[in-house]
Parts: sequence; structure tokens; C-alpha cells
Amino acid sequence: MKLSTFSVFVLALASRMRALSRAACIGAALLLGVTGSAQAADPLKVGFSMPLTGALASSGKAALLAIQIWAEDVNAKGGLLKRPVQLVYYDDQSSPAAIPGIYTKLIEIDKVDFIVSSYGSGLMIPAIPLAQRRGLALMGMVGVAANRQFKYDGFFQISPGGPEPELEFSRGFFEVAMAQHPKPASVAIVGVDLEIGQVAMGGAREWAKRLGLKVVYDKSYPANIVDLSPVVRAVQATQPDLVFVASFPSDTGNFVRSVHDLNFRPKMMGGGMIGLQYAALKTQLGESLNGLVNYEFYSPEPTMQVAGIGEFLSKYQGRAAKQGVDPLGFYVPPFVYAAMQVLEQGVESVGRNDQKAIAAHIRKTEFNTVVGKISFGPEGEWTRGRYLLTQYQNVKGNGLDQFRAAGTNVILSPPEFKSGSVIYPYAPTVK
Amino acid sequence: MQQLLIDTMVSGILLGSFYAAMAVGVTIAFGMLDITNIAHPAFIVLGAFIVFWASGAGVDPLLAGLALMPAFYVLGRLLFRFYHASFERRGTDAMLGLAFFFGLMFVTEISLALAFGVDLRALQTDYTQGVMRVAGLVLPYRMLIPLGISLALFASLIVFFQRTFVGRAIVAGSQNALALRLMGIDPVRTREIAFGLSAATAAIAGTLLLIVQPVEATTGREFIGRVFAICVLGGLGSMTGTFVIGLVLGVVEHIVSTYWGPSWAPAAAFGILLVTLAIRPSGVFGR
Repeated sequence: MKLSTFSVFVLALASRMRALSRAACIGAALLLGVTGSAQAADPLKVGFSMPLTGALASSGKAALLAIQIWAEDVNAKGGLLKRPVQLVYYDDQSSPAAIPGIYTKLIEIDKVDFIVSSYGSGLMIPAIPLAQRRGLALMGMVGVAANRQFKYDGFFQISPGGPEPELEFSRGFFEVAMAQHPKPASVAIVGVDLEIGQVAMGGAREWAKRLGLKVVYDKSYPANIVDLSPVVRAVQATQPDLVFVASFPSDTGNFVRSVHDLNFRPKMMGGGMIGLQYAALKTQLGESLNGLVNYEFYSPEPTMQVAGIGEFLSKYQGRAAKQGVDPLGFYVPPFVYAAMQVLEQGVESVGRNDQKAIAAHIRKTEFNTVVGKISFGPEGEWTRGRYLLTQYQNVKGNGLDQFRAAGTNVILSPPEFKSGSVIYPYAPTVK
Repeated sequence: MQQLLIDTMVSGILLGSFYAAMAVGVTIAFGMLDITNIAHPAFIVLGAFIVFWASGAGVDPLLAGLALMPAFYVLGRLLFRFYHASFERRGTDAMLGLAFFFGLMFVTEISLALAFGVDLRALQTDYTQGVMRVAGLVLPYRMLIPLGISLALFASLIVFFQRTFVGRAIVAGSQNALALRLMGIDPVRTREIAFGLSAATAAIAGTLLLIVQPVEATTGREFIGRVFAICVLGGLGSMTGTFVIGLVLGVVEHIVSTYWGPSWAPAAAFGILLVTLAIRPSGVFGR
């Protein structure tokens, strides 16, 4: 059949159109394919600052290692939202003044997808209004009542402080003390002139008032004090039954030494001594620790074994020595890792980078983490406080390995984690 | 009450002798040479870390500190040569020299943090643990040792500056460099020796710091105010003044801590500084 010219033209045009259409489809597919794989290859950036130098560096570097382990674990599972996680971080030198500048850079210049806070209340607080203005969800790394003045509903604290963190800090100390017979009648409250010291002392004052304890000493000392013997001597002169101490790492060791030098023996002492959670002070003080009670976040007692904690600690401890961080990792690292788990689970549940939706999801969800189940209350604190009160018992010499296992840091409170009984009154083994 | 006061004053004297040892290097550098070496506390911390490392290798810390002094002396002299060539010889503003030492302080701190990590380091030796009980007094060995070392250090320095030719040349140069030159003595060389000596005291002060308290890279910053206050109040260049005022500062801090509250202790100590300088601007033992 002979086709007309017009027919040939139409057929040719159709053929050309089909070819063009095929080319367009292939091109589009290629483009989408390239774009799609670029999107898959584009990392998801998590930005933060961390004190890698300065007074808080020992905790900051340990926290950084925990975040790095989390990123590696997530990437080994295929990433977050099918994208590899990339950490973008800067050293804030333990200086709150550096925080606004760093987080502005992270958000405006580095264009990170998510932010988490630096370590500790002092370094966390300056980032909250920034996150609030931009509507960014913010995980807070181990602080106390940081969101109290802002009440930002996108902030979530990873710290077992509960809805009343100032009181939770010393709850176990006073609960255990008041369970003894005869009940103690007086308390001395002493601490360092820093934010966390003042918060802890405030909580202790409130407990003393509620429990009808007579406060026989209530003073703080400057952070740069060299010799704490006049402080201990002054406390000793008031003959308190209980001594609640809210000290910082640099003065915790001096306080314990002065207590032994002056042979000071109240019925129970400790409670809020920051620094005893770290291997450095545990091994330096050794047997001097016996009998002291203190707050902890984690102790390797049989009552505290949660799914995943052993695996995390194994990874952390395997790398800690090389990175020059706390070799035990019982204090900050598991909680920082848990914070990243909460962020990860929140993002995956929402399925997209929608900060408001992620914050809303975190607010109403209970999460399973390496530190147990976590859920958040109105100000972003845990719905239930869970500070441990422990007592050092059976510490011999200055070796580190004894602190890796159960038995030297016995949990006295809360009841669901209790692993032993208190030795009361205070009975140190160093003469 | 009386026993408490005596205990407080004695422990204040122990603390004050430690302060004096920390300040003596500044007394030489700032008091005699007019060099605002704000990095001196950082040098002390550097000394502490080196001693800590040596003690970990089995060397007695006091011996390590003594052995470190010649090295710090040489380091001090080299540092002075650089400082003199870069700032003093060019007649630059003193603030630039201060900025130089500020920078040196930060570089030292960061280097220590990178090299040794950020954890607190403390000494563990048998002779720094425990206390001596004498006539009802409790004297911790970790505070008694700094008293003994500080007394020996100051005695040596006083003899050096008063009885040796080089020492007297350094003192003379601090009073009138031109007159010293007219005597045929190079004032720059004497200043170099003095700065080396100032750095050498940082080695022994670092050992004492490590005995008294745990140390981390930025510990030195806690002492900047104290050491300069002791130097100025002591009379800018007076060894006796530095030692006595160090003791006074320690006693005042402890008395205020015990009877009024520890938070007031720094205010009281620096309050005395202000009042004294208002009455006697040259310092208590200044000429």
C-alpha cells in the first residue's frame, strides 16, 4: 500500500515524537536517578558544640565520643532517613559566651539539619532561645532545669532529673538518711559557687525544710579555692549529723582529702559531689572513698542492666583510652548516646526533616534507650526522676578494674535499682 | 574557739607558703624586670605535668622537679632573648609584650590539653598522704612539704640576690640599668639570667602545685590574680616581701573562710591589697 505523503509525514512525526518521548523519559529517569542518588548520598548533618578544652573538657570529650559511636552505629544500619549522618561540631572551650556564635554558624552557614546542645546547663542554656526562635528541636545533653525560664516545647533534656531536677539531685541522699534509726536531726549544706552547686544546695535546703532537719551550716566556697580545710573545719565545728556536699571535680578531691586529714566523721556525707563519677578521681582517691554516698547516673550493679548498655560501654571503653577520655564512661556517655537515640527514633518515626513534627512526636512518646525507657514532661525534663544514690564500699587500693565491676559503688536508691544496704554511720576505712 | 583560731592560722601559713612559691617567679619577672609575664602560672602547670609524667615513670616527684629546674632555666633564657629582640629592643609598647605573654599562656594551655588530655592529674606518693599531729594541730604532709620547699627556695634566692655578684647585678639593674652598664655589666644579660631564674622557679612551684591539688591544663588561670597581687603587695621585687605577704594572704583567706564564709575569702584578700596600696603604693616591703 502506498502511503500518502501526509501519512508518511504523520508517521515520521509520530516516530520522531516517540523517539523524543523515549529520550525525554530516559533523560528524566537519568536525571531523577542522578538526583535521587545524590539525595541518598547527601549526608544528614547534625550540628553541635562541645567543650573539648576548658573546665568541662573531660565530660565534653567523653560526650563527643558517645555521639561519634552513635553516628557510626546509625550509618552501619543504613543512615538516618536513608542518608548517612555527618557530625558538624566545634569546641566551645567550656565558655557559654561562645555558644550563640557557634550555633548561629551551624544553622546559617553550615546549614545543619539538626542540632543538639553542648554538655551541661551552662553551655546548654544559651542555645535554647536560638533554637526557639528558629523552631528547631533541641536535645539537651545532661543539664539541670535549663528550660525553666524559656519553657520551650521543642527542648528535651537527657538527664534523669525529672520534673523537679533541683530536688531530685538530693532526694536519694535525704530519703536514705531519714530511713535510719535514730533519724538524723541536723544537716550541713556546703557547695561550690557555681550554677550546678547552687542548684544542688537549693534542693538540699528545700529537703531539709520539708523533713524538719536543722541546717547548722549553709555556705558556699569559691570555685578556685585551693585548700578546703578551713571549710571542713568550720563544718566540723557545727557537729552536723549529715553533710550534703555539692562540689565540682577540681574541689571534690580536696574536700575528701581534707575530711580525712581532719578525721571528720558525720553520720552520712556526700550527695552532690561531681567528679566522683569519673575514673580519674575514683582511682586518685581509692580507699578514701569508702563510706561516702553520692549521686550517680549509672553503676555497673546487676540491678542496672538494660538492653544495649553493655554493648555501648564495650565500644566506648575500647576507644576511651586512645582518645584520652574517661575510661569508665558511666556518667555522661550513656546518656548522650541515649539522647541521640531519641533524636534518631523521632526522626525515623516522622519520616522527614520536620522539626515541629519531630518535637511533637518526642513529646508524646516513650523511647527505649541504652539507659532504659525515657519519656518527657512539659519543660522537656523526664516525666520521672531517676538519680541514683550510691555508696562506695569495699574499695581497695587505687586500681581501676574494681570500679568496672559490681560491688564497689552499691546502689541505695531508688528502690527499683537498690543493690545493697547503706553502711551508716559513715565508716571510712582510711585512718 | 582558741584551738580553732590556732588551727586556722597554722593552716593559713601552710597555704601561704605555697602561694609564695607560686608568686616568686612573678616577683623576679615583673617586680625586678618589669616584664608582665602573665604566662608564669601556665609555666607552673607545664612543670606540674612534666613532673606528673616523670612520677608515672617511677621518678620521685621532688627529684623530678629539681632536675627540671635547669631545663626551665634554659627555656626561660631563650624566651627572654626572643622577647627582648622582638619587643624591648624595638622599644614597643609594653601592652604588646603583655599580649605576647597572653598568647604564650593560651598556647601552653592548649598544648598541655592536647598532649596530656583534659582529665585532672594528681600525685599519689606515700609521703604526701596522711597528717602530722603536733600539739593538737593537724598538719597534712601535702601542705607541710610546700612549706619546707618554699622556705628553702626563698632562703636560696635571698642569699643569691644579696650575696652573689650576679644576684646583686640583677637587683642593681632593676634599679638603674644605665648605672649598671656604666659599671661594665651588660644589663640585658643580667635580665636574661633573671628571667631564666624566674622560669626555673616555675619547675619547683609546679611540683608543689601537683602535691597540693589535682591539676589540669587551665589550672594556672586560678592563680594569676593571686600571684600578681602578692608580687605587688610584697613590694615589687622583694623576696622577703613576697614570702611574708604570701603567708598573710593564706592566713587571711583561711580566717575569713572559717569565721565569715569561704565566698568572702578572695574579696577580703584583695581588699587588703587595695587598702595597702592606697596607703603605701610601693607595697609593704617596697622601697
